[in-house]
Amino acid sequence: MKRPRRRVLQGLGWLVPTLYIIFLMLPIYWLVNMSFKTTNEILGGFSLWPQNFTLASYHEILTNPVWYNGYISSISYVLINTVISVAAALPAAYAFSRYRFLGDKHLFFWLLTNRMAPPAVFALPFYQLYSAIGLFDTPWAVALAHCLFNIPLAVWILEGFMSGVPKEIDETAYIDGYSWPRFFVKIFMPLIASGIGVTAFFCFMFSWVELLLAKTLTSVAAKPIAAVMTRTASTSGYELGLLAAAGVLTIIPGAIVIYFVRNYIAKGFALGRV
Amino acid sequence: MLELENVSKVVGAETHIRDVTLSLRHGTLNVLLGPTLSGKTSLMRLMAGLDQPTSGRVLFDGADVTGLPVQKRNIAMVYQQFINYPAMTVYENIASPLRVAGSDRATIDREVRRAADLLRLTPYLDRTPLELSGGQQQRTAIARAIVKNAGLVLLDEPLANLDYKLREELREELPRIFAESGAIYVYATTEPHEALLLGGNTATLCEGRVTQFGPTIDVFRNPVDLTTARTFADPPLNTIELKKQGADFLLEGGTSLPAPDDLAGAPDGPYTIGFQPHHLSLERQAPDSAPVRARVTVTEITGSESFVHLDFAGARWVMLSLGILHLEPDDEVEAFIDTRHLMVFDAGGAAVTSQAPMAV
Repeated sequence: MKRPRRRVLQGLGWLVPTLYIIFLMLPIYWLVNMSFKTTNEILGGFSLWPQNFTLASYHEILTNPVWYNGYISSISYVLINTVISVAAALPAAYAFSRYRFLGDKHLFFWLLTNRMAPPAVFALPFYQLYSAIGLFDTPWAVALAHCLFNIPLAVWILEGFMSGVPKEIDETAYIDGYSWPRFFVKIFMPLIASGIGVTAFFCFMFSWVELLLAKTLTSVAAKPIAAVMTRTASTSGYELGLLAAAGVLTIIPGAIVIYFVRNYIAKGFALGRV
Repeated sequence: MLELENVSKVVGAETHIRDVTLSLRHGTLNVLLGPTLSGKTSLMRLMAGLDQPTSGRVLFDGADVTGLPVQKRNIAMVYQQFINYPAMTVYENIASPLRVAGSDRATIDREVRRAADLLRLTPYLDRTPLELSGGQQQRTAIARAIVKNAGLVLLDEPLANLDYKLREELREELPRIFAESGAIYVYATTEPHEALLLGGNTATLCEGRVTQFGPTIDVFRNPVDLTTARTFADPPLNTIELKKQGADFLLEGGTSLPAPDDLAGAPDGPYTIGFQPHHLSLERQAPDSAPVRARVTVTEITGSESFVHLDFAGARWVMLSLGILHLEPDDEVEAFIDTRHLMVFDAGGAAVTSQAPMAV
């Protein structure tokens, strides 16, 4: 009697993962679903797929400067931030990984504590500072503010990857005659390329999804896409189809970046720093 | 000529290198022999300039290079771990020092191919180091050290991480490769056998001090003190503390050994004698060999030889015999010490006279 029952249970092994994936994908499906509907249909009733399929929402976003400028400014401060964070963290992480100096361990830990403070704490000082020096409402304002959180994270991740490279490689390069900058660019960076990829990914992700600082430090010219979305919702009623389409377009860059670094991230997790 | 003058290295509370003075001539192979943590690597790093000595000077061809950064020193180094640049091909790995020096393309190609040929790496030039076996990786590192044509080549236990066959093979090749250039070669090893096979000069190290430096065979046969003799013995040197009385050494249990003739004038008192495992045997080697009764603790048989561990009045000895001996633990045996090859040390450990074995 026991055996057939077990076989039935084994036959249902696919059920749990399938349910799990359906629950995971449901909100994303619903977003995509809504983005191809008109607002009237969305508000009108329940439908599993668009009855009146329309690309009007996407057309509106890609032609209206208010919308696509939101994407451009978001992408520009995210890229600036990623470049600055990685460039500043590379030498810092190298120092933490290779040299012993007074208070190095405390300093390393202190870096991490920066990530523990909520961004809201820094909104006011940044707002006042950037207003005073004329950086307010530029992509640089947001990019520099995000550095406060991303550089410690980048140092932390990169240090793990760098410590995996034996110190003897550095010494062999010096013995071969490499100067430090040349060694760092020609020998060392290719060795931690996957670490740099993972770091860039995490900087990108934080900066891309962070909303509070990005909203506070911009008003018109450098408004991020997430801010554009909230404001549109409040002024012109409920343009739900448009909002859904904007949402889909906001997910896409993250998905692309994840696709490119997916193999490196596994390695990063294996090294235990991510 | 590389000269170290009273070089010391202190890190924190630990002294890694203690007042070392050495001079190494061009065209020589110099072995640093000592157990792990004896300071071989520390000493090499001081020679290379990777570390700065706490006190003392390093001179190269008469010029003081103590504070000179390693990039400007024209040295090459091979580590125990196989250190290559994993992101580059074997060809680029070997070419790397030449590229940094700014050699032209034709010279680089010629030198790389010559070194690759010498180390039999030619078929692997397009691969990356991680696609090679351990021996090939280490040969790549050695090839990189060769193309640089450095005045000082440091090899830090280069064969320790290789399997037995490769180690034998490379060890035979190395002296031949060395012979071609006029560089000063320094070779660190923990194995006395390796030092004897390489020849050249040997410096024995113990706890950061160089205890003796000279031609390898001299150091082996005539160690100046007990520490050197112990360092330069594998299996471990057999020793026993005893008292000299007139022309005899008195052992525990009433046995006595005749003291060597040239020791007749030495004062009576406590001494330590040392002898190699193959100078202890179950058969009488010479009419005046000294019989001792000892207890077997364990017998190791390695194919054609037997290492018999004996317990004599608390001292642990090893007897090396040809052939296979079937001795059970706790057997009492009568063994003979070949008194022609005794090394005698006084109470302070300094050699009184030493007549070491003719064969290894």
